[in-house]
Amino acid sequence: MTTQTVNDTALPGAAAEEAGGLRDKLRLLMRGDSASHVGVTQVLVGLAAIWIVFSLLNPNFVSPTNLTNLALQIVAVATMSIGVVLVLLIGEIDLSVGSVSGLAATVMAALNVKQGMPAFVAIGLALLCGLVVGLIHGTIIATFGVPSFVVTLAGLIGWQGLQLLIFDYTGAMNLGDPKVLALTDTFFQPWAGLVATVVIALAMGLVTRRRRARRRELGLGNRSAAFDVVRLVAFAIVVAVLILVFGINRGIPLSVLIVVGLVVLMDFIARRTLFGRRIYAVGGDAQAAERVGTNVKRVTIQIFVLASFFAALGGVLSASRLMSVSQSAGGGEVLLDAIAGVVIGGTSLFGGRGSVWSALLGALVIGSISNGMDLLALRSPVKLMITGAVLVAAVIFDAVMRRRQSR
Amino acid sequence: MTEPLISFRSVSKSYGAVRALDGASFSIEAGEVVALVGDNGAGKSTLVKVMSGTVVPDTAEITVEGKPVKIHHPNDAAQLGIATVYQDLALCNNLDVVANLFLGREHHKGSLIDELAMERETIDLLAELAVKPRSLRVPIGSLSGGQRQSVAIARCLLGNPKMIILDEPTAALGLAQKQQVVELIRRLKARGLAVVLISHNLAEIFAVADRIEVLRLGRNVGSFPGDSKYTDDVVAAITGARITSSEAVA
Repeated sequence: MTTQTVNDTALPGAAAEEAGGLRDKLRLLMRGDSASHVGVTQVLVGLAAIWIVFSLLNPNFVSPTNLTNLALQIVAVATMSIGVVLVLLIGEIDLSVGSVSGLAATVMAALNVKQGMPAFVAIGLALLCGLVVGLIHGTIIATFGVPSFVVTLAGLIGWQGLQLLIFDYTGAMNLGDPKVLALTDTFFQPWAGLVATVVIALAMGLVTRRRRARRRELGLGNRSAAFDVVRLVAFAIVVAVLILVFGINRGIPLSVLIVVGLVVLMDFIARRTLFGRRIYAVGGDAQAAERVGTNVKRVTIQIFVLASFFAALGGVLSASRLMSVSQSAGGGEVLLDAIAGVVIGGTSLFGGRGSVWSALLGALVIGSISNGMDLLALRSPVKLMITGAVLVAAVIFDAVMRRRQSR
Repeated sequence: MTEPLISFRSVSKSYGAVRALDGASFSIEAGEVVALVGDNGAGKSTLVKVMSGTVVPDTAEITVEGKPVKIHHPNDAAQLGIATVYQDLALCNNLDVVANLFLGREHHKGSLIDELAMERETIDLLAELAVKPRSLRVPIGSLSGGQRQSVAIARCLLGNPKMIILDEPTAALGLAQKQQVVELIRRLKARGLAVVLISHNLAEIFAVADRIEVLRLGRNVGSFPGDSKYTDDVVAAITGARITSSEAVA
């Protein structure tokens, strides 16, 4: 549809960005045009709608207590989803993240509770276990060229078996080590968060200023400075409000900081580093990436290692919050939530399009629906059906976007 | 004119009993556009693969600027200044113009990509080639075929090649976009690049080529100036209806 007018409207790069009117800017926001900027706006609009509906049905939904609970509930799945995003970005899938999270939680509990190892060692070995699992998956997929779907499906079954084997006859292991529980039971004072927010906002301001200076130096043109200032102030206000909400309840949860920190880190790696560029290139066109010298096999292995690592970390966080590990840890809806969340968050199932932020956003959407339905005391069959419907809607949306993009 | 920029002589390549190339030759000057034509199975693609290093010939004498060289690997070809734009372009449709242009050779500081330097260079390079994409920051899959072809060609210029091989650059394009690519080829020529054009479209070949080399059954069967008055001769040479030996024309 755009092919005919291309010649006359053409303006290179920054100039075009500059020239675009408000309508173009809005459309850009809505369309999420570039590979790493998914349509965050749609997700936020959807999330707002969900929140409004639930708070009308039950005003407790938006109470600071419930919002803090919600945040703690989604931490584990959001962490696992980071790995799922990376896997989807290279156009593969990992169905084993649930099992691997359960396995890691079991390993940690067995070492900590049964063997009496210190918490840090137990957690470290559980995460290492995740790395090894991912290395196995990735190596098999990359070396033999077998579909990741099948390999990780085998992993889903196999690692669950190993988990049960470690359990042997014990039904569940209760975690009593305060250091393990501290992962999800530590809260920071709001004032510390506010100070940190100001510091971070100032740092971002400095980075933005340097970037603008460099753009000017290179003759690339800048957006209006007001836009950047407004964006920065908006960011600071949103974060401050969140901190105050947390503050009314127990404080800023450590586990939320961990997950947000990981999302920020992985998002930075995905968008700004050579490794990240290779991830998107492999997901966009593995053959093209190979031809320009990307080692597709190595990237595949690295991504599966990361995916299982995040799955293991999610399992540890989940165990810490529930204060016990059962034989069914990591089973049930965990896998579906982790993958569905990412897709709802706007990352494409078809590879090459998506953002690490969709891990957090998606987990927030799914978590909100689940939490809200719990408040309304809906029965679990209804919950499952509604969650399924939301997922289908998100995938249809993804497919439509994809068709529009490829002309 | 005595020393061609790049020359391939007595190139032979057999696949089992099939002689894909049987003593074929090819040479090109700087700033010259040479079209390589022939029917299917004439040996065009094998010759292109030999030039780009993806196929190692059984025999070949290759010289670059008079010096004998060997090409055993695509990297050898790249180092000698031979760049190939394949028919499938090898672009990542999800990435933007800048990312695609620098795919595999991003400017970086440590492991951080220097996006701004790449953007600057992209703007300069595309302006020089008069390629005007809708935006540098949309996924390249949403651009037109002609623009993607142009970006693929621009990309191989980043390696500072001496010779560019364009494999069916206009096969999948509409009329207006074909024209864009033809204009781009003229600009490459003006930059002093040697351009090898593989194409089935005679109209386009006569529009841009300085010389037309015809291959048939793995051999050179004719060399004609890029002038449409030779259309019948070229067609005859391609089909083998009448073997014309007009080597002297060049």
